[in-house]
Amino acid sequence: MIEVKNITKVYKKTNLENRVLKDISFSIDHGEFVAIIGPSGSGKSTLMHILGCLDVPTSGKYFFEGKDVSQLSDDELADIRKKKIGFVFQAFNLLPRTTVLRNAMLPLAYANIPRDGREEIARESLLSAGLEEKHFSHMANQLSGGEMQRVAIARALVNNPTVIFADEPTGNLDSKTGAVVMETFRKLNEQGRTIVLITHEKYIAENAKRKISLKDGEIIEDHANFRSI
Amino acid sequence: MLILDLFEETYFAIRANKVRSGLTILGIVIGIGSVIAMISIGQGAAGSIQSSIESMGSNLITVMPGFQRSFSQVSSGRGSAQTLTMEDSESIAKEVPGVLAVAPEISRRYQVVVKGQNTNTQVVGTVSVYPSVKNVEMDLGSFISDQNVDSFSKVAVLGPTVRDDLFSENFNPVAQTVRINGINFKVIGVTKSKGGTGFGSQDDVIFIPITTAQKFLAGSDTVSTISVQAENSQIMASVQSGITNLLLRNHNISDPQLADFSTLSQQDILGAASSITKTMTILLAAIAGISLIVGGIGIMNMMMTTVTERTREIGLRKAIGARKIDINFQFLSESVMLTFTGGILGIILGWILALAISRFGSINTKVSFSSVVLAFSVCAAIGIGFGYWPAQKAAKLNPIEALRYE
Repeated sequence: MIEVKNITKVYKKTNLENRVLKDISFSIDHGEFVAIIGPSGSGKSTLMHILGCLDVPTSGKYFFEGKDVSQLSDDELADIRKKKIGFVFQAFNLLPRTTVLRNAMLPLAYANIPRDGREEIARESLLSAGLEEKHFSHMANQLSGGEMQRVAIARALVNNPTVIFADEPTGNLDSKTGAVVMETFRKLNEQGRTIVLITHEKYIAENAKRKISLKDGEIIEDHANFRSI
Repeated sequence: MLILDLFEETYFAIRANKVRSGLTILGIVIGIGSVIAMISIGQGAAGSIQSSIESMGSNLITVMPGFQRSFSQVSSGRGSAQTLTMEDSESIAKEVPGVLAVAPEISRRYQVVVKGQNTNTQVVGTVSVYPSVKNVEMDLGSFISDQNVDSFSKVAVLGPTVRDDLFSENFNPVAQTVRINGINFKVIGVTKSKGGTGFGSQDDVIFIPITTAQKFLAGSDTVSTISVQAENSQIMASVQSGITNLLLRNHNISDPQLADFSTLSQQDILGAASSITKTMTILLAAIAGISLIVGGIGIMNMMMTTVTERTREIGLRKAIGARKIDINFQFLSESVMLTFTGGILGIILGWILALAISRFGSINTKVSFSSVVLAFSVCAAIGIGFGYWPAQKAAKLNPIEALRYE
């Protein structure tokens, strides 16, 4: 479903060339739960941006569901993100002073889903993200960190995406809440969702079924995570 | 994104910053309000000047003597010549088509005396049709009749100001005697006040029969002005050229450049006056327009702040699939909604100001539909114009950088 072939990413700053990704190739199938792990500066965020169609590689090919997306324009990438990809960020990035329900419905507006059906879809995904119904009408900024992240997960789920990218989803949470959020991801994976987790913490990566370790822009390890299975 | 979604987003965004949105809108309210009020003052002034010109008579063409050229080439100035006669006046009435009435007059200033009181005023010798040509109405008694003119009667009709100066206010001077230049005249009527019109008061005047004026006061049979009333306003130009051609022929002048008379139609005066008031209105509106531009810059300032503040939100919206145009429209619609709200409130404010000026000031203001339409389109233009750059800035943000923005 996701296949990258020899992708590189080079950032140019005046005369300095910074090769963030060096000739990376791998693929991810439907239903996988992959953790991309590495220390800061290893290129894992850059890799996630390319995988999440937020950015394009400098060279190499990226096939998303068999389609080459490595040369698409900004708006074409936006269309793929809106239909096929869900994001969960470290900082939640919810709209403050806006209700939980409206936050979860936001992607539906860009996907031109009829207005009548939106609330129903948003309620379902909020419930499957593990948020209690009593919070639905609360303002996003009144929630606790764990609740906010579950709203963010619901927002990622609402368009029924092919893959969910979670960028350090537990980074702003205490370990207990973090564990609950990871539990939510595991459940979603059991329901058949493809999840790509980006983290620098090994114990978080233990939740995934497969680990890809990055260092200095290269894959140093890629193996199944037997403990998780 | 659906239009309804766009409105909803915009509404929530504006409501989230009530105070800031309100202050920004205030700039537009003041701008639009002052434009509306200023244009209403200008148009009100134009209306009152027009009506005072029309009070001098309707469809009027005035024929005046031209330059008196002596052999030494010294011009004594326009109107100084004594080239117009009663014959000219009569032939205009007879020969020019479309003429309703002709009122020749001879006027000069004389000292007027009544039992110790005296004043210096304009004495106008004229004929019986004068009141209908020049819109003069009678307050007391009657105007000069044809018989008075034919029989060189020594009768006088006083303007209200002269009556007040020589007798007293509300006094009925009919049948009293006034001495003009040493000759006794019997008062037969008083005209109604027309108010000062800025072209010399038409109330400070005495009317006597033109024949009497020529024989006993001026001692010549020339006339100083011929007022011609056309049948309607459409034929004014043809009547004016008819008069010019007739008088050129009567005076044996072949070159119109050398005419010893000149004609002035009321349309010319109206045209000149309306071009003055138009210029004044544009000037006032331009001054008010500056405050509108300042208001527009306020909108741009707020939108820039908003875009910077909501950088992460823009990043998120892009991450979940918003296209450039979605972001662009979202911020553009915010600025348009701000200016429209300001515009509607501004129109209301301007209207109230205009009504207040009419009520407590001396100018009768007039809010026209076109100025409201103008204000609204200016609003839309400001909203789009000053919102475009911030919206572009938002749409061009890189989603990755925007999401990282602190």
